[in-house]
Amino acid sequence: MSTAEIVTAEPDQCLAGLGSARTEAVLVSPTPIDRSATPSVDHLGLLEAHAIFILREVAAESERPVLLFSGGKDSAVLLHLAAKAFRPGGFPFPVLHVDTGHNFPVVIEYRDQQVADLGERLIVASVQQSIDDGRVADPGPNASRNRLQTTTLLDAIAEHSFDACIGGARRDEDKARAKERVLSFRDAFGQWDPKRQRPELWHLYQGRVQPGESLRAFPLSDWTELDIWQYIGREGITLPSIYFSHRRPVVERDGMLLAVSEWVNPGPGEHATEETVRFRTVGDATCTGAVRSAASTVDEIISEVAASRISERGATRADDRFSETAMEDRKREGYF
Amino acid sequence: MGATVSTPATTGGTTPGSGHDTEGPSLADGAGRDPVTRARATGVTGNAAAGTGAMDLLRFAAVGSVDDGKSTLIGRLLFDTRQLFDDQIEAVAAAGRRRGISEVDLSFVTDGLRAEREQGITIDVAYRYAATPHRKFVIADCPGHVQYTSNMATGASTADLALVVVDATTGLREQTRRHTCIAALFGVDQFIVCANKMDLVDWDEAAYRRVADEFEALARRLGVVSTTVIPVSALHGDNVVDRSDAAPFYDGPTVLEALEAAPAGGWAGFHGAHRGTGARLPVQWVLRHPGGGRSYAGMVNGGPLRPGDRVVVLPEGIETTVSAVETFDGELAEASVGLSVSVHLTDDIDVSRGDLIAAAEEPPEVTTEMEATVCWFGDRPLRPGDRLRVKHTTRVTPARVSEVRARLDVNELTLQAADVLEANDIGVVHLSMATPLAVDPYRRERITGSFVLIDEATNATVAAGMVGRPDLPAG
Ligand SMILES: Nc1nc2c(ncn2[C@@H]2O[C@H](COP(=O)(O)OP(=O)(O)OP(=O)(O)O)[C@@H](O)[C@H]2O)c(=O)[nH]1
Ligand SMILES: [Mg+2]
Repeated sequence: MSTAEIVTAEPDQCLAGLGSARTEAVLVSPTPIDRSATPSVDHLGLLEAHAIFILREVAAESERPVLLFSGGKDSAVLLHLAAKAFRPGGFPFPVLHVDTGHNFPVVIEYRDQQVADLGERLIVASVQQSIDDGRVADPGPNASRNRLQTTTLLDAIAEHSFDACIGGARRDEDKARAKERVLSFRDAFGQWDPKRQRPELWHLYQGRVQPGESLRAFPLSDWTELDIWQYIGREGITLPSIYFSHRRPVVERDGMLLAVSEWVNPGPGEHATEETVRFRTVGDATCTGAVRSAASTVDEIISEVAASRISERGATRADDRFSETAMEDRKREGYF
Repeated sequence: MGATVSTPATTGGTTPGSGHDTEGPSLADGAGRDPVTRARATGVTGNAAAGTGAMDLLRFAAVGSVDDGKSTLIGRLLFDTRQLFDDQIEAVAAAGRRRGISEVDLSFVTDGLRAEREQGITIDVAYRYAATPHRKFVIADCPGHVQYTSNMATGASTADLALVVVDATTGLREQTRRHTCIAALFGVDQFIVCANKMDLVDWDEAAYRRVADEFEALARRLGVVSTTVIPVSALHGDNVVDRSDAAPFYDGPTVLEALEAAPAGGWAGFHGAHRGTGARLPVQWVLRHPGGGRSYAGMVNGGPLRPGDRVVVLPEGIETTVSAVETFDGELAEASVGLSVSVHLTDDIDVSRGDLIAAAEEPPEVTTEMEATVCWFGDRPLRPGDRLRVKHTTRVTPARVSEVRARLDVNELTLQAADVLEANDIGVVHLSMATPLAVDPYRRERITGSFVLIDEATNATVAAGMVGRPDLPAG
């Protein structure tokens, strides 16, 4: 910057007595960055600190936030981070489960236990109720209710006037999520418009909305599946047992291993076999597949995830296979 | 990445597309080079070759003009380092087939929106993740088109390093200059430049030299010292992960080697690095403790915070002492920059969200007036007299644009006198705030030096703002 001209703030720009002379108001050719102090916090520590920061910003900036909790590993991490952000106080939001009714019973037990242990308030928004009330058509007893969750979620948002839904979605899960902001603006119909997202600069999460509009907030945006497992191991977070290797009857359908259950039974030409499996994600039991796995500890799962050649959703979610932009389309309709 | 790259023999060892193989995209070029087969054939385990021990974190943004090859380069980097899952590779291939593209289009790895694939252009920034045994990368693939400059700024505002992609057939364009300016203004101090599409100029050294010379001239004027310029072909994979023998004139690092060699912990990317202003903790939230105590939650910036530190609570200006710094996991002897903590103070004073706890010996300036540099993203022009909201740290206050002073000419790198800023202009303005803010010049501290402007009617974020003005000559 040989041609540089140092410009100082004019004295009248500052309140009296507050050292205006210090201001070297130049932007480029900055003083060198001190990187020596950097390595004290590792990548999990930085991800944790950032997520806690986001949780506190959303809680402070929105009127009626809510934390979405499915009983899956990402929402378990989210709940853990919420405790880190707000203890010794209570959570400044209730916990909401959008319940498809197609659950693994251990997951529901786990959900109730976790929220009770924390002493927080659980709201269950039921897809079955939406069907019974005629809000959505019943797709049949054995069909996936994943898509129906959108109506149930939007109804819950309207009923409770929620203006921010904090979710555990990660950008590494899907190519549309990879595009989404940490604070994702949704219009009065819950719709995401990927072509008109708000700029999101630095750490300045800007969540102002008009009545009826809302936000989705994703504190785990920059976490990968591997980060989640490493963090679960480091923090000793409890998970539902279905994440760990176990034997259960499964039926192979559309290249996926579905657990035999009330809603999933072998059809013509199919047959149930008992396999050693675990779940990589937890969702609607009719469309969430298990993976063959002998990994029964967090360390074994970390090794397995690090070596995997198939993505988390690719291995386990039937609902994303129908179209190239399934997730984008669901989000446009108001999905999480 | 490191493990798979440094030991090519164990990863299949083929380097399709590198060297003289310039006919047609390498990925579809013969047996074993089909990406799906190739990924399987390599037998490489590891979506990330990731270590399970402590890793550092490097955030970088791919920037540069439209169509110069940013997305293709990021796709290539992820593909050649085996960071892509088989089903993701297959999905990209299928998306191409559906559009009648016979080869795999690596830009589809990040261009994941329907509209992006239809138009062959990046609209919004995509974030992707990669890991080596000792480093996690957060990658922002930014759009090049001027219409989406606000999305590029979004990606660049959290980057420690900019990967500038330049089409070697054309050299630097106005958008390359705009993006480089924005990244430099944001405080990015490391640049890796890719002279891309070298296959289209027959690996002509003069084309590479031109990109290097043009960029170095630009960087010098922006005060950027750390620059590496690499001749690459993102399409064929030369010098991205696999070293190419097509450029005998070049003996520097590949893109991956340069990324791995870059120091982690940039200032813009929240990694503990700082410029030594002394601690700054914008209060996000007040925690109430059983028995009546309170602590103030926020993220540490500017410098570490320790019990016993003298601090001042701003804008009120009340001095006190830190009695304890803690997280959920317990008390800390020192809270490093980038940690989310809560702070106990010895005196019972009224502190609330929006206040700033700062090192007492070196506090920021409290002011209702500031000169600032803004990147304007509004649909309509910014004019003197406009009323907006400022979000600065955890505080929001109404403000008025008292003056528009200059507009940055990104080609000449001069500040032109101006009284209006059009969409995607960078300019210098003077703002008057309704309530005082505690600010540092952006060059000294990012957190207390940055703000956004919010449109009062629509709540849209319409500008990225930095306290201070660029030290560039008047034009
Ligand atoms: N010949 C050749 N073509 C390339 C190379 N890299 C990219 N391309 C082509 O250039 C075009 C644009 O590539 P993209 O990767 O989409 O460019 P981009 O910079 O991401 O564009 P925006 O994100 O829209 O700004 C595509 O047709 C690519 O195939 C290269 O190294 N050689
Ligand atoms: Mg692109």
